[in-house]
Amino acid sequence: MPKVKVCVLRTAGTNCDKETAFAFAQAGAETELVHINSLVQGDKELVDYQILALPGGFSYGDDLASGKVFANELKCKLSAALKKFVEQGKLIIGICNGFQILAKSGFLPGNKDFEQETSLIINDSGKFEDRWVYLRGQKTENRRQKCVWTKDLPEVIYLPVAHGEGKFIVKDSSVLNRLKKNNQIVLKYCNAQGKSSGYPDNPNGSQEDIAGICDETGRILGLMPHPERHIRFSQHPRWFNSKIKKQGDGLTIFKNGVEYARKLL
Amino acid sequence: MLYKIEVRDRPGIFDAIGNSVKSDMLDFGIKTVRDVRFIQVYIIEGDLIEKDIERICLNLLVDPICQSYFVNPALPKTKKDEFIVEVAYNPGVMDPVEGSTLKGISDLGIEGAQSVKTAKKYIIKGNLTVSQLKIICEKILYNKLIQHVVNLGTVPSPSGTSFGDSPQVSGARKIETVPFFLVTVDLLNASEKKLLELSKKGQLFLNLAEMRAIKNYFKGLKRNPTDCELETIAQTWSEHCYHKTFRGKIRYTEEIRKGTVSIFPEPSTRKIETVPFFKTKIIDGLLKSTIMKVTKELNKPWCVSVFKDNAGIIRFDDLYNICFKVETHNHPSALEPFGGANTGIGGVIRDPMGTGLGAKPFLNTDVFCFGLPDYPFSKLPVGALHPKRIMKGVVSGVQDYGNKMGIPTVNGAILFHEKFTGNPLVYCGTAGIMPRDKSFKKTNVGDLVVVLGGRTGRDGIHGATFSSGELTHESETISSGAVQIGNPIQEKKMLDTILQARDKNLYSAITDCGAGGLSSAVGEMGAEMGVRVDLDKVPLKYNGLSYMEVWISESQERMVISVPKEKIDQLLKVFENENVEATVIGEFTDTEKLELYYQNNLVCDLDMHFLHDGIPKTTKEAVYLQTKHREPKINCAKDLTPVLEKLLADYDICSKECVIRRYDHEVQGGSALKPLVGINNDGPSDASIVKPVLGSPKGVIVSNGINFRYGFIDPYWMAASCIDEALRQIISVGGSLKQTAILDNFCWGNPDKPDRLGGLVRCAYGCYAAAKNFGVPFISGKDSLYNEYNEHDKSMAIPGTLLISAISVMEDTDQAVSMYTKEAGNLIYILGETFCELGGSHYYDLFGAVGNSVPKVNVKKAKALFDALNRVSAKGLVRSMHDCSEGGLGVAAAEMAFSGGLGMDLFLSSVLYTGEKRNDFILFSESSSRFIAEVEKNKQHEFETALKGMPFSLIGRVNKKKDFKVYGLDGKICINADIHKLKETWRRPLKW
Repeated sequence: MPKVKVCVLRTAGTNCDKETAFAFAQAGAETELVHINSLVQGDKELVDYQILALPGGFSYGDDLASGKVFANELKCKLSAALKKFVEQGKLIIGICNGFQILAKSGFLPGNKDFEQETSLIINDSGKFEDRWVYLRGQKTENRRQKCVWTKDLPEVIYLPVAHGEGKFIVKDSSVLNRLKKNNQIVLKYCNAQGKSSGYPDNPNGSQEDIAGICDETGRILGLMPHPERHIRFSQHPRWFNSKIKKQGDGLTIFKNGVEYARKLL
Repeated sequence: MLYKIEVRDRPGIFDAIGNSVKSDMLDFGIKTVRDVRFIQVYIIEGDLIEKDIERICLNLLVDPICQSYFVNPALPKTKKDEFIVEVAYNPGVMDPVEGSTLKGISDLGIEGAQSVKTAKKYIIKGNLTVSQLKIICEKILYNKLIQHVVNLGTVPSPSGTSFGDSPQVSGARKIETVPFFLVTVDLLNASEKKLLELSKKGQLFLNLAEMRAIKNYFKGLKRNPTDCELETIAQTWSEHCYHKTFRGKIRYTEEIRKGTVSIFPEPSTRKIETVPFFKTKIIDGLLKSTIMKVTKELNKPWCVSVFKDNAGIIRFDDLYNICFKVETHNHPSALEPFGGANTGIGGVIRDPMGTGLGAKPFLNTDVFCFGLPDYPFSKLPVGALHPKRIMKGVVSGVQDYGNKMGIPTVNGAILFHEKFTGNPLVYCGTAGIMPRDKSFKKTNVGDLVVVLGGRTGRDGIHGATFSSGELTHESETISSGAVQIGNPIQEKKMLDTILQARDKNLYSAITDCGAGGLSSAVGEMGAEMGVRVDLDKVPLKYNGLSYMEVWISESQERMVISVPKEKIDQLLKVFENENVEATVIGEFTDTEKLELYYQNNLVCDLDMHFLHDGIPKTTKEAVYLQTKHREPKINCAKDLTPVLEKLLADYDICSKECVIRRYDHEVQGGSALKPLVGINNDGPSDASIVKPVLGSPKGVIVSNGINFRYGFIDPYWMAASCIDEALRQIISVGGSLKQTAILDNFCWGNPDKPDRLGGLVRCAYGCYAAAKNFGVPFISGKDSLYNEYNEHDKSMAIPGTLLISAISVMEDTDQAVSMYTKEAGNLIYILGETFCELGGSHYYDLFGAVGNSVPKVNVKKAKALFDALNRVSAKGLVRSMHDCSEGGLGVAAAEMAFSGGLGMDLFLSSVLYTGEKRNDFILFSESSSRFIAEVEKNKQHEFETALKGMPFSLIGRVNKKKDFKVYGLDGKICINADIHKLKETWRRPLKW
């Protein structure tokens, strides 16, 4: 049986590419680390993949602002190929820096003109922070589960964040209302009981505790937490407390994506 | 055209940068600041029209969601109580933003942009005096070594005073093209006095014997050296590169007293009554006689490459080896904390990258020693930065580089003492992994010399020689060239491409450009054969460098590889594909000479043999006299709760969470035991475990041992304690000593002073004795000497400090043990014996005393216990385990309780203890080789049977209630505290 092919896109400063590829491989996909230059120069083509993953890191040092230079490059150099990729019903996931890139290039939350409507800016604490956070999904909120990536997650999941610029903001209230109406808010920071509870449960001051959003189709997901850092039970900071070795919460996200993409083969 | 663009947050958006600057100001006691707003400034020069600038702003410089911008803004009107400070980089200082912006502009299809400069602008509101504004500028907003305050008349200060130097003042580094001009130095006619003067003036840090040897060499050649030749010799022979102290001869004299362990192996024939007496011996090569001797004698089959390469290499599994190196970057961090630590970590990351044929870094470790964070400004030595500023800068520097490289920073320690005020210690370490067949390198005659990565500029000139001298308040002026800031993305790109080229077998050897720059990298690679380099082929950041500057510049993010000619095209393609510069600059030859050309002029022609072996062997004097400290008179308080609280709030012991969280400690996905553990993820883990190969059951444990306080009493026992501590932590987390290796890092004062060197010798012998008996080899190490700060001709040495870093291969990371209590009802054991050893303890420190009863290590007993504990934890008999170190049993048990969110009852009468029977001594003695373990009740029998013959005792249990209770020798409660309160006390001091 042919495998789902994932293009893990990297450039100068990308640094979560290998573990993201590993997570996709654990979920049953075939993965390839692809440098942006080989797509731009045409040595590789997006058309050969079913999933595009934009991993975490500091693309181009996050100079100017997180993800900004890479977002600009994608828009200037690859927008036609990317639009086609999305039109073909394929999947995109942007994790951490990848989410910043998707937001700043206008692929998320998505509109006709790829105009930027949301952003991820410096944490309220003014600092980079690495910490574990609880997240509640659409099912928990009794919403229609639009996003293919986050389908049927447990009520509360546990993943780490590690960023300095993760505060999610919207351009104006109409954007927020649209996101809500269209069920595009996919993951929200919360406490262990699933309730909204401020810093540090919301680690960066994001509006409405938003940690991840999807586009209108539900096939493009951007999130600040790192699902690839919780696929193995012993990545959990308190795995010592439990005697059961269950898989990490993050693996479901990759499995959902791969499972869905199998239909595209 | 020149465009100045100012980008600021829109009203209503929380200004996080402005707010953190404001809180820094409050730290400095400036309470009248009402508000700080931050503005990012870009100055773009080029053949650009306004429409281009608009596109650049909207697509690159501005976040349209929350920011607005102004092009060429009018000068602001001066408002009352409002001050504007704009900070820009000095000319020649690398600004990483420039390259990224130019790339973005070119992606937009806009041509004609020539340069991008950035500046930071702060609008400070509040009633401030001139001197307060000066403090704000100098202590918080800029460092004059790399930055200046732009003074364009826009700084509306009450008296029109300018703050900081304008760029013209630091314009000594103004850049112009200079025509070639060969410089020679007249040594042949120089008197001895003149020789020393030349060494001093040229910042060569060479002594008279060395200068004489150089003079004689050139006498034989009947010519004077060029400046380049003299500099090359000075770099190669510097303490930093050659390690004269550890490699040369030492005449060591030791005062032998009753009860002291002598480093002399032969038993004394004298009668004990005649002590103290003196004994002297000649040590031929301290490193060879101690550190390296351990490794040689233990002869472990899994040691792959030791003391040869840029890092020591050990076996990981059938496919991979791992390597480990720890370096220091003390002097640069003293002057420019961010840049110093930034380039320190950047430099040590290049060590594994330059080991064998290149390893992929998979973890970082960082250990710092600072002055006290609340040190009064009035007591600061002239020219020294405040410890709090140093600490904040160092942490930010490590955060920036480590996080951007995508290497998890998983281990570290931070210690504080007044004596580190002028001279902090910044240790940075990196471990890497490589395929087994990529562990060795061999340059061949005919291979091409290729320089990779960053371009060469005027940064870091004289770094190697600078670190081979003492710091003074003038250091920042005379050695400012030694300070730089790094560009981690440049290094990350280089790493990505090097590993590709390595796996395609495209080069034969690799090394990093560290201290000494090309001079040391190329010189070392060609030492066995010969090498010719055309210095004018080296890519430069800007024009104007002389050939000599090109050769010795320490610009960051560069490496050198040797490439077989037939592979060069393929190799250059790999780098070109990912925008990494790779340039052929020369060739390895069979001439046994170092030949450098600049525009076809021979500027250096040195015999490799003289360069690498011509250094005259000198004998240094060392004397060790034991210091007798005052024994404190302390009454044991009935209620020791306040003492425990004071210890938990001690800067050394308290939580370092605010620092740990700023490092990405989970990138690469290999984390198996984190630096922060516990029911709320905030307890102090003893060590970290990382899986460098995802999917493999194996892991790597990394830990460290450091305690300079014991060195005040006896550096011999300090060494033994540091090794014991680092290994104890490996055992605590479930590891074994079987495949454990250690690194030594000595930070010491001036080794030309016999008393400083005496302590160093004793410390090295302590290392030998302990490591040998634990059966744990050293695989690499580094020394940083001359850590002294001079003021008014008075020299302050740092406490001689040894850092032991341990790395251990763990067969199965699922057997890891964490340090926090798990369940009420479980039993608490202490393992190991407690003695009345409070010398150098934190308990004595609370009373301002050092004492003399330094903790000693009985290594044979310790090793037996460590091995037995490894067996019981591998059987799953231990629910949690914590190492007893600073603050003793009391602190360790409290940390376990509050990290687990459970209470504990302890009974001091059950502790195995020898010495004066006092509650405080038992609780706070810092005896080595001890652990506290939590065991389930139904495992009690199995646990105790498995440890038969070992020193251990049952001392308490975990309780459901949230209190920490200790029952004293008389059976009465001597500590009773709420665990949440203890935890807050412990978390608060460094919560910045």
